[in-house]
Amino acid sequence: MSGRRLRAALLLAVLALAFSPGIARAQALVADLTSHLVAITTGFTGTSVVLFGATDGAGDVIVVVRGPERDMSVRRKSKVAQIWVNTREVTFAQAPSFYSVASSRPLDQIAAQPMRQLQQIGLENLRLKTAGTVSPEETAEFREAFLRNQIRAGLYVPAVGQVSFLGSRLFRTTISFPRNVPTGTYRVEVFLVRDKAVVTGQTVPLVISEIGLDAEVHDFADRYALLYGLIAVLLAVVAGWLASLPFRHS
Amino acid sequence: MDIYLPIAELSVDVIVLLGLGAVVGVLSGIFGVGGGFLLTPLLIFIGIPPAVAVASSANQLVGASVSGVIAHWRRGNVDFHMGAVLLVGGFLGSAFGVWLFAILRRVGQVELVVTVSYVVLLGILGSIMLVESTRAIIRQRRPGGARRKLHQHMWIHGLPLKMRFRRSKLYISAIVPVGLGFLVGILSAIMGVGGGFIMVPAMIYMLDMPTAVVPGTSLLQIIFVAANVTVLQAVGNGTVDAILALILLVGGVIGAQLGTRFGARLRGEQLRALLALLVLAVAVKLARDLGVRPIDLYSVVMAGSA
Repeated sequence: MSGRRLRAALLLAVLALAFSPGIARAQALVADLTSHLVAITTGFTGTSVVLFGATDGAGDVIVVVRGPERDMSVRRKSKVAQIWVNTREVTFAQAPSFYSVASSRPLDQIAAQPMRQLQQIGLENLRLKTAGTVSPEETAEFREAFLRNQIRAGLYVPAVGQVSFLGSRLFRTTISFPRNVPTGTYRVEVFLVRDKAVVTGQTVPLVISEIGLDAEVHDFADRYALLYGLIAVLLAVVAGWLASLPFRHS
Repeated sequence: MDIYLPIAELSVDVIVLLGLGAVVGVLSGIFGVGGGFLLTPLLIFIGIPPAVAVASSANQLVGASVSGVIAHWRRGNVDFHMGAVLLVGGFLGSAFGVWLFAILRRVGQVELVVTVSYVVLLGILGSIMLVESTRAIIRQRRPGGARRKLHQHMWIHGLPLKMRFRRSKLYISAIVPVGLGFLVGILSAIMGVGGGFIMVPAMIYMLDMPTAVVPGTSLLQIIFVAANVTVLQAVGNGTVDAILALILLVGGVIGAQLGTRFGARLRGEQLRALLALLVLAVAVKLARDLGVRPIDLYSVVMAGSA
């Protein structure tokens, strides 16, 4: 879609949302995504989705994007007999597989720290629970390593994105996903903030899934592992046989 | 052009993969080895998770060996009886290897064990080949050197359960080929290699098989061991990327044609010396990586995976 057409469509959608009787009056905040489904196909190199919405007056908007929760293990290497070996592992239970924040103004200017902590706004406020008992020092050490690795992989975004207001009530922001984005159901949490406190919030779901041949292959390999293995062998045998045909008479 | 690999779960440039397949294909064309021992480390170099690299290499190997066996079979150079006996050990070994692999995955040491195995095996193999080929080159320049004894008697020939292998003109204990097959089966599962580089010298020097039937027979059993590993890895670990294997095969076929033509123009000893240097280079690179302090001591994986 061209930029102009997208913008026009957005504006229409926002206006429809904002001025439809009953909705705007009943709710202080309305938000939606331009697309609720991101398809990962063979040539996928990352994508972005636009979140747009309207408020019922002045205020700031914070958007938090959380990927599907997964148990993530962090392994630490240490030097054993001249080589680096994984020697310690700490697992964080149900950590978001993706995390990014966008805001209309710098976070510390519009939201009080206790509130940010409560709503887990900002990477430093992300709650990560270790599976099993781990000492506080080690938890802190592995937490830092975890965040650093996720940031390097592009899965946690440390920079706060921009939510831009069009006038005083309509807002939009662009949520970007890297090529290695995990699949699953994402939660896009939108907060309306006034006087450093959350007035209201809304959660918009977003599904990111593999589509096409790759998805089917992955799904099949998961569900019918034995059959998949046999087919993989058969394909290789046929490919090997085909490869030998040109040399038949030599 | 990027392609998304469904099991490896990442996008890789198709040209890079085809190139890798071709390079390995050229090598197998020139030297007559499967090339698995180079393919797996190269896949790990370009960022494929080691577990997926190992399992998919085994998958690729099935195809590569099939075309190899067909070529040798046409010349009558396959000992099916010996192949079957080797296979008994191969199946047992690969099942044991895949089981071992699953345990290593759980404790997070796959990468280490795969890399260390490669360093040790490639290091030994490269050194032996280098010494042997250098000697051959020297011997060529100074004719009239000592000849190898036609038939050597070792402890191996005293083992029970003797069997006659007509095509190989051998009468030896079945324990030896079964044990050899078992060892190669484990290697195949843990390292994603066919084990041709172990099997071929062992067949020549330990079993005393005629050199002509060695490559075909070795490849024959590799087909089945690699197929067994592929299926077991798919079921036990879910790490076989068939798309990756097929792309590598396409590159491999093209490479093997080029390699065979190129190889015909070079001299055997020089070729072996060249391969030895290449093998040693890979071993040194892998060994150095083990000792180099990683950029980040910490790594993140999804719980329960490699």
